[in-house]
Amino acid sequence: MRHLPLIAGFCLLAAAMPVWADRIGDISETSVIEQAKRFFSFRDPSVRYALIGSVLLGISCGLMGGFIVVRKMALFGDTLSHAVLPGVALGFLWNMEKDPVAIFIGATLAGLLGGAMVALIRQTTRLKEDTALGIVLASFFAVGICLLTRIQKMPGNKGGLDEFLFGSAASIGRSDIILMAVVTSLAVLLVGLFYKEFLVTSFDAAFARAAGFPVNIINYALTLLLAFSVVVALRAVGVVLVSAMLITPAAAAYLLTDRMHRLLGLAALFGVISGAVGAFISFLTTNIPTGPLMVVAATMVFALAFFFGPHHGVLMRWWRQKSRSARVQRENTLKAVYHVLEAREFDGEGVSLRELAERRRETLDEARAQSDALCKHHMATLHDDGDAIHLTPEGWQRACEIVRNHRLWELYLTNEANIAPDHVHEDAEIIEHVLGEETVRELERALNHATRDPHGRVIPGLADLVSGSTPFGSPETVTGYTSR
Amino acid sequence: MSVNVTKTVEPPPLEFHDLTVAYHKRPVLWGIDLEIPKGQLVGIIGPNGAGKSTLIKAAMGLLQLNSGWVKVFGEPIGKNLKRVGYVPQRESVDWDFPVSVMDVVLMGRYGHLGLMRRPSKKDRNIARDCLEKVKMLPYANRQISNLSGGQQQRVFLARALAQESDIYFMDEPFAGVDAATESAIVTILHELKAKGKTLLVVHHDLPTAKEYFDSLLLLNMRVVAYGPTEEVFKYDLLQSTYGGRLTILSEVAEAVREKS
Repeated sequence: MRHLPLIAGFCLLAAAMPVWADRIGDISETSVIEQAKRFFSFRDPSVRYALIGSVLLGISCGLMGGFIVVRKMALFGDTLSHAVLPGVALGFLWNMEKDPVAIFIGATLAGLLGGAMVALIRQTTRLKEDTALGIVLASFFAVGICLLTRIQKMPGNKGGLDEFLFGSAASIGRSDIILMAVVTSLAVLLVGLFYKEFLVTSFDAAFARAAGFPVNIINYALTLLLAFSVVVALRAVGVVLVSAMLITPAAAAYLLTDRMHRLLGLAALFGVISGAVGAFISFLTTNIPTGPLMVVAATMVFALAFFFGPHHGVLMRWWRQKSRSARVQRENTLKAVYHVLEAREFDGEGVSLRELAERRRETLDEARAQSDALCKHHMATLHDDGDAIHLTPEGWQRACEIVRNHRLWELYLTNEANIAPDHVHEDAEIIEHVLGEETVRELERALNHATRDPHGRVIPGLADLVSGSTPFGSPETVTGYTSR
Repeated sequence: MSVNVTKTVEPPPLEFHDLTVAYHKRPVLWGIDLEIPKGQLVGIIGPNGAGKSTLIKAAMGLLQLNSGWVKVFGEPIGKNLKRVGYVPQRESVDWDFPVSVMDVVLMGRYGHLGLMRRPSKKDRNIARDCLEKVKMLPYANRQISNLSGGQQQRVFLARALAQESDIYFMDEPFAGVDAATESAIVTILHELKAKGKTLLVVHHDLPTAKEYFDSLLLLNMRVVAYGPTEEVFKYDLLQSTYGGRLTILSEVAEAVREKS
């Protein structure tokens, strides 16, 4: 039942375009590969139109979507796109045919009326924006469905209006393309010329107004462009899902960049990709409407950004966290090596794995795994058939730094924050891994370059950190501190 | 001062005449008559809901006036927008917005550029200098969401400096900032004042008000008092500004006691 209107739409186009006639017969017989070949040969005007149309709608929806996402107006976009439906029906009723211009005008007017209704409800009642959006979305959509159903039942030239609900890239005609090209060029041009105005009003409207920018006019212009973009995308995506083509590519772009101009570029790119992929798949399997396919493609792009985005992506965050905890683990091992050496007053260089395991209260296997990790990071080497671990100069330096951070922090908490010495260890266990060089210098100054921690142990001195020397002899020479 | 001299003198930076502003028919500011002379650093003090923010927004033409008028340098605000700098409340914007610190400070130049014109090299240099002044230059390319509250406030201040205005309106620039930022802001306020700029600063903290500002505007729907800090920061005046709010009263008492 669902494809009936779609097939009706095809029939309508078949009448208008003879090239199409044979294609419809082919569908059941030709293979998917044949269809794909056909798509990429761009022989069919309908393929060309569908593809150009998808690219154009991807650009305009991406650009406008970028603005509505950063302005937190995503639901406004959704409402506006549903509110155009009665206008589509009225545009059709104007002269009882799918005249793109009449439908464009009707739909734009209906969309703007919907937007105005939202503003009116919000300003004159105590209802908040989300409620106003909900009311307008549902009521306009309902009226639109009623009108469309009536039109469908009317005798004469009808059908194909359902494609405005779910979209059909295949039904895009020449005049649609012209309209889309005009709107997309307008959007690109205006955003390019008035980028600074759009940016400042989106970020800080009060400041923009105080600086003399016509904020209201800029907002109206943006709403109008948004309405245009929604309306020209209707043919391909359909009323129900067009807001997803605004929101999803822009949301994916927002996850990938921290600069507005890049966000807009990426959003347009993602819009184009999703549009083209949607059009392509709908060409292969003609019984799925284009709109949902484009939106699924856009969602795939979003999912990629969500998981693999270099800064905000889930996977990268997970990876960063994992490598951070691996680093903490390594540093704890280094610290343990230091402690073992310190306990025997830095007599000899190597630490056996057994000593290390005892110190960390772990099994021998765990100690082995950790010393392997140290070796992999060039912080230690294994000796005596892999039974003893020697720190490299880098490893030794890092070990000193960690112990130093730990003891400085303990001392700081005890002296400056008046925390009892037996309460400071846990805290220092965490802080030691995150203290920067700058903070360490500051701590040293605050502590008057103290040499012993609250438990009376020597704080490894600067000399060790700079020279990275391996410890020999007494603690005094190790730390570089002489009695003063 | 003789009459012929005053004729050549520039009109006052800011003048309110019988200004009334109401939200939903409830007056917030009522019959404000006020003239701020050039080169003043004015703290606007008053309880919550006294109309402090409303006053500076009305001065900048951001609100519909119910009656009266505001003149900036003797003319309606629309003619002198370029001479006005603004530091809004920090919470008024979305700090996750995809712009860098530099982008935000450059917005201070936008008012001088005119429609469609892009910031030039010169504008970037000005923005850089302003960032330097608030010690935020190392953060120029950071995205703004990574900043602390104090750093955010400095960015807003740098943006206002980039406006190179003659009169500045600042809405609670000291709210929720660290001590270092607070003293940095105070230094900049005094520098601006020394250059002959006029500054109106909404402030919420009584004890520091008397340190930071050389004149105070006590506001509670009406102007309770306006004048040099030592004349205005008086127990009875503060009491009538804060009228009956006990917690504030004790704070006032404390502040006055400290002063004497």
